Amino acid sequence: MPGPGFCGLSPLRVFPSVFVVAALLGLLPVLRSHGLQNTVTSKVSTMGLYIGPGEGDVTSAPPEVKQEVHPMTNHSGTPHMKTRKAFPVLGIDYPHVRTPFEVSLWILLACLMKLGFHVIPTISSIVPESCLLIVVGLLVGGLIKGVGESPPILESKIFFLFLLPPIILDAGYFLPLRPFTENLGTILIFAVVGTLWNAFFLGGLMYAVCLVGEPPINEIGLLDNLLFGSIISAVDPVAVLAVFEEIHINELLHILVFGESLLNDAVTVVLYHLFEEFAGIDHVTFFDIVLGFLSFFVVSLGGVFVGVVYGITAAFTSRFTSHIRVIEPLFVFLYSYMAYLSAELFHLSGIMALIASGVMMRPYVEANISHKSHTTIKYFLKMWSSISETLIFIFLGVSTVAGSHHWNWTFVISTLLFCLIARVLGVLGLTWFINKFRIVKLTPKDQFIIAYGGLRGAIAFSLGYLLDVTHFPMRELFLTAIITVIFFTVFVQGMTIRPLVDLLAVKKKQESKRSINEEIHTQFLDHLLTGIEDICGHYGHHHWKDKLNRFNKKYVKKCLIAGERSNEPQLIAFYHKMEMKQAIELVESGAMGKIPPAVSTVSMQNIHPKGLPSERILPALSKDKEEEIRKILRNNLQKTRQRLKSYNRHTLVADPFEEAWNQMLLRRQKVRQLEQKINNYLTVPAHKLDSPTMSRARIGSDPLAYEPKPDSENLPIITIDPASPQSPESVDLVNEELKGKDSVLEEEEDDDPGLMMHPKEPSSPGTDDVFTPGPGDSPSTQRMLRCLSDPGPRPEPGEGEPFIPKGQ
Amino acid sequence: MGSSQSMSEEVRELVSKTGFSSDQIEQLHRRFKQLSGNQLTIRKENFNNIPDLELNPIRSKIIRAFFDNRNLRKAPNGLADEINFEDFLTIMSYFRPIETNMDEEQLEHCRKEKLRFLFHMYDSDSDGRITLEEYRNVVEELLSGNPHIEKESARSIADGAMMEAASVCVGQMQPDQVYEGITFDDFLKIWQGIDIETKMHVRFLNMETIALCH
Repeated sequence: MPGPGFCGLSPLRVFPSVFVVAALLGLLPVLRSHGLQNTVTSKVSTMGLYIGPGEGDVTSAPPEVKQEVHPMTNHSGTPHMKTRKAFPVLGIDYPHVRTPFEVSLWILLACLMKLGFHVIPTISSIVPESCLLIVVGLLVGGLIKGVGESPPILESKIFFLFLLPPIILDAGYFLPLRPFTENLGTILIFAVVGTLWNAFFLGGLMYAVCLVGEPPINEIGLLDNLLFGSIISAVDPVAVLAVFEEIHINELLHILVFGESLLNDAVTVVLYHLFEEFAGIDHVTFFDIVLGFLSFFVVSLGGVFVGVVYGITAAFTSRFTSHIRVIEPLFVFLYSYMAYLSAELFHLSGIMALIASGVMMRPYVEANISHKSHTTIKYFLKMWSSISETLIFIFLGVSTVAGSHHWNWTFVISTLLFCLIARVLGVLGLTWFINKFRIVKLTPKDQFIIAYGGLRGAIAFSLGYLLDVTHFPMRELFLTAIITVIFFTVFVQGMTIRPLVDLLAVKKKQESKRSINEEIHTQFLDHLLTGIEDICGHYGHHHWKDKLNRFNKKYVKKCLIAGERSNEPQLIAFYHKMEMKQAIELVESGAMGKIPPAVSTVSMQNIHPKGLPSERILPALSKDKEEEIRKILRNNLQKTRQRLKSYNRHTLVADPFEEAWNQMLLRRQKVRQLEQKINNYLTVPAHKLDSPTMSRARIGSDPLAYEPKPDSENLPIITIDPASPQSPESVDLVNEELKGKDSVLEEEEDDDPGLMMHPKEPSSPGTDDVFTPGPGDSPSTQRMLRCLSDPGPRPEPGEGEPFIPKGQ
Repeated sequence: MGSSQSMSEEVRELVSKTGFSSDQIEQLHRRFKQLSGNQLTIRKENFNNIPDLELNPIRSKIIRAFFDNRNLRKAPNGLADEINFEDFLTIMSYFRPIETNMDEEQLEHCRKEKLRFLFHMYDSDSDGRITLEEYRNVVEELLSGNPHIEKESARSIADGAMMEAASVCVGQMQPDQVYEGITFDDFLKIWQGIDIETKMHVRFLNMETIALCH
């Protein structure tokens, strides 16, 4: 039995890196055995390494050595089977776990790298992450090579089947649909015509170069060059995403470049297969060209069709998942992945299928699934796409070191040059054409960014890698050129685009948080423009969009969305979403929040001639519920800093004492969560007011849960006085005078006297009062929420009065 | 023909007033004649002939906007009974797309004009403020296409929006302050993040497909 060579070393000190590198070493045979090279030789050579002791210190760790030794032991130890050996108390069986183990180690390496970059902020602000990752890949590859091993290369199959789909799905599912559809024409022209132009221009020029070139390259035929051109001309979505996400450019440019990178996949697929097929043929007939043209439509539309079918199926499935919420995210992922695979099955454009399915299923799925599933989907997609991206770039670096290169100065440099020239010319020419039809023209600055943002990436590399060496003897040359272009675009263009964006003062992305106001205005504007178009008699963009929406609402939503939500108008859905987000933020955030702005109106007295305080009837809570609330609140006392967004219809009080304020909000939030029916805090109106001059903006608000001080006369009461259809509503929002009321906090600890409820006189029938307390409840059990309002010049007479049931 | 010569005089005048090109004016004139039934003026009833407009939730506001004296630049409030072609063009000119050769000042002016049109649509009683009631009315109309939605939902949305508007425009408010309503300046502030000039436009020239009215 050959003795294991223990490369002695203090493993503890360099254990992480050792572990990592060991993983890489171990991964080599796996990756290679996937079809690249001779597996037998590799295994033997790997083992050979471990047999020899003392070669290169850092490279092998004791556990790895042991693992490698064991199979060897088995191999050479067959005769041992005959003799009896002792029962192995502790055994090692590496081959058993080899593949998942090594895959996990690679992914772990990727994650650690990502972690590292964010821990060191200085570098990541100058150099985009993609560059750093490639450099890491280069280092790792170099390390492996230095050891004597040949590093793994980015397998096309792994790339296309496992690494690319998460990124595309993430992009497609969260595609901002509105800017995308508004600019669809532009995007399509850039994607289709631009890529075609790039491919043919580049291919043609490279052929010319090859004709005048020296022996190694002047054998490359026209078709080979065209194939090469088609591989390298496609803008890569992964690279574009990686770089553009960091520069926060404005939405229009982002969607133009990104949309182009997504949609040009169809063109790339067609051209690639076309030229690959034709490579063997000398003479290309016109018929072949027509077929090629036809196949473009089949590939792209077929891909979209497959995606739409799967998307609709996913939406339909999600309609029934209300009982098994846990697997909802899985449906989304699986259906999308199946769409991708099905499209790839038929040589259709998998990327377009994926995008189409994501776009199609999203509105319906989101209406059907629970909030947690939505969060799960979002985070899983982000996580997977992030890791995929990292792995892709690392592997690009490793493959650079690993691959066999054939460097030819003329070919490579001219490729690079013509790539850039083709891109610039293409963008300029197309923009001149497109601007005739666009209302919002593309400025030269925009054009520059679009041209500069045409990054190439791993897709080009993988496509080149797929080439068959027998048909394409110059494959290595192609790969070298591709890698050079990728490096140039990612490094040079990626690094310089950020300072250039700042230099040219390109409009950045406006961080506008989506607010209910914006939503109202946008919808209003949509309807207005549709109306104007109808009046003009012009069947324009808005007209058809409106028709589509109507069709969607009438037929599609009913099929695909479960239950009542199928009838929910968009505005309401949006509002609920905001509320939900708000509520969750309120509960979850423990961070210090700004004091929310207070909005207030005149007190009740101005509009209540009767003088009865119009307070809200608050829901009754049973005693144990109330106790539960108190318990929760006591436990949550520490989480006092809360943030409140102003759009919330809740009362906002300018409170110098954040704790009490936040406590109030928290309590309110808890109560809300407990009360299922609470949908609308606006209760019965107080009085009708006819004169328009009295109509002021009242703001409806919610009662705040607040801990009343038993001895305080000045406790403000916030009441809501929603108006009947004729009268304006009024709300009192008051600053409670909390000076010196820090004791409020301590009081929480004590048995809080509970929440009081105030009676409210309903004055108009039909207004919905959500809270209908029972008649016989004593004040103590009625205490739930206390309205805070400004007593104003005179004290509120209603305080402390027993609850009067609502009379209708 | 004499009429065509005088027409071109008028057309030129309209071109300079409203900024449309003569082709656009021709087409809009044809449409105007269709809507008015070859009369010289349009009344509110004429808008009922457009079938597609029936489905629009805010149709009453849109129609009203055509007769709003503030939009017609005739008076600070009130409604006209009928409008002639020039008024029609004036209203339509609010929806012209911005031109590339506009400078900052013109752009700002254009933006303000468009927003003012919108503001007038919200502010129905012409008091210069969008009160809560008016805002509620807007939201109710927006949701009017869904018959089973309760009024309360519309109201609560409007209230929430108003509160947010108040906080954006005024910031911190004391409890005894009243937020009267959204003034035009506040309105401008709310719309600051949205590029209205790129959104609020209709392509006027491609009007080959003229929808027929009955």
